[in-house]
Amino acid sequence: MPIYTPTSVREATEIFAENPEAMLLAGGTDFMVEVNFNHRKPSSVINLARVNELKSWHLDTQTSVIRIGATVPFSQFESSEFEQLSPALSHAARTVGSPQIRNTASIGGNLGTCSPAGDSLPVLFALDAQIEIASLQGTRSLSIHDFMLGPKRNALSVGEIVAAITIPVASGFQDYAKVGVRNAMVISIASACFALQDNQCRIALGSVGPTIIRCNEAEKFLQDYITQSSPPDLETIREFSRLAAVAAQPIDDHRSTATYRRHAIEVLARRLAMRSFSL
Amino acid sequence: MSNEHYSLHINGTDHQVQDAWIGESLLYVLRERLGLPGAKGACEQGECGSCTVYLDGQPVCSCLVMAASVTECQIATVEGLRPDGGLTDVQESFLSEGAVQCGFCTPGLVMAVHHLLDTNPSPTELEVKEAISGNICRCTGYGRIFAAVEAVVVQRGNR
Repeated sequence: MPIYTPTSVREATEIFAENPEAMLLAGGTDFMVEVNFNHRKPSSVINLARVNELKSWHLDTQTSVIRIGATVPFSQFESSEFEQLSPALSHAARTVGSPQIRNTASIGGNLGTCSPAGDSLPVLFALDAQIEIASLQGTRSLSIHDFMLGPKRNALSVGEIVAAITIPVASGFQDYAKVGVRNAMVISIASACFALQDNQCRIALGSVGPTIIRCNEAEKFLQDYITQSSPPDLETIREFSRLAAVAAQPIDDHRSTATYRRHAIEVLARRLAMRSFSL
Repeated sequence: MSNEHYSLHINGTDHQVQDAWIGESLLYVLRERLGLPGAKGACEQGECGSCTVYLDGQPVCSCLVMAASVTECQIATVEGLRPDGGLTDVQESFLSEGAVQCGFCTPGLVMAVHHLLDTNPSPTELEVKEAISGNICRCTGYGRIFAAVEAVVVQRGNR
């Protein structure tokens, strides 16, 4: 059988160890495009759809950590229950493709594909997500910052599977915004996640570099104002968004230009920060 | 490449698929192997929605579903909306409101609209727009489609 349908992570890793050339299939919305256009010819596939432990998310109320199974589709993050726990991931999920795509495309797929335009990735970077990786040797946990290595490159070794993603429950304002040619069914030209987590300012940028980019200078600049009693004014936020745009490393490609992308980041960063301080 | 034999549960009936390549999409298998051409193939990359079917009750792009991976799912196509061959109220409304021009996007839109009205019987215009945001129509400009959806909402007594 060239298609394997394991029912546990353990079984999936056993099959993967025996068939290291196999393709892992989650939602398939990236993978099948490559197959349809003859860019990939899979000889064997490990279908993760029947691995129940990968298909749900759980809230640990003790630690306020959300553990998300790798094959949870984006549509599940759109629920009001999830939105209350993680507004940024919920809003990012709602910008993915179309309802049809969100019903199948999974957060683990975003990690497997590791495109800088993956909509969940700026959120995972802003929240310092941990990635749980399973293999026949056991499980290991990796920071998202060490997981994404470059465009469509990640730290998975042969035989390893993304099992889960953990993020903290939102403890302050957080949101995600992106720019594309239309509202729906669009790959982002530039995107940003802004979060005030544990009173720490975080901003992460998508589609403007080989990986998602955290803007350390901009974060440090705004942090001084967050710890003060009076909220930042508009000019402070303008300077913050300028620093965010400086951190971007955009390129010209078939979707947009570097100049426009940097401009878009400045606008997105400013809008998100203004929203956060109700300006 | 490898020969595959599997069975798909479509519109309440089991269909056998033989000698298929593992990489075949559900859209391809429906149209080319099983004689169910209702779902249309256009972009083959999930952009246009003309291939929309339900997988366990949820609308998906069948061009992005690996057919061999959904042997345990309930699949529903536009042909299964009215097994007697008649038209549903949504289909009738598309016709009477002029929401069908070339017709290529229509089966996908009909599937998206049926799912919307099943889960949200009186959607706002914004909710209709979001529900059909994955279905591209290059003829109508969408105005007649919104009118068709609204007519069904009224007809069903929900507005």
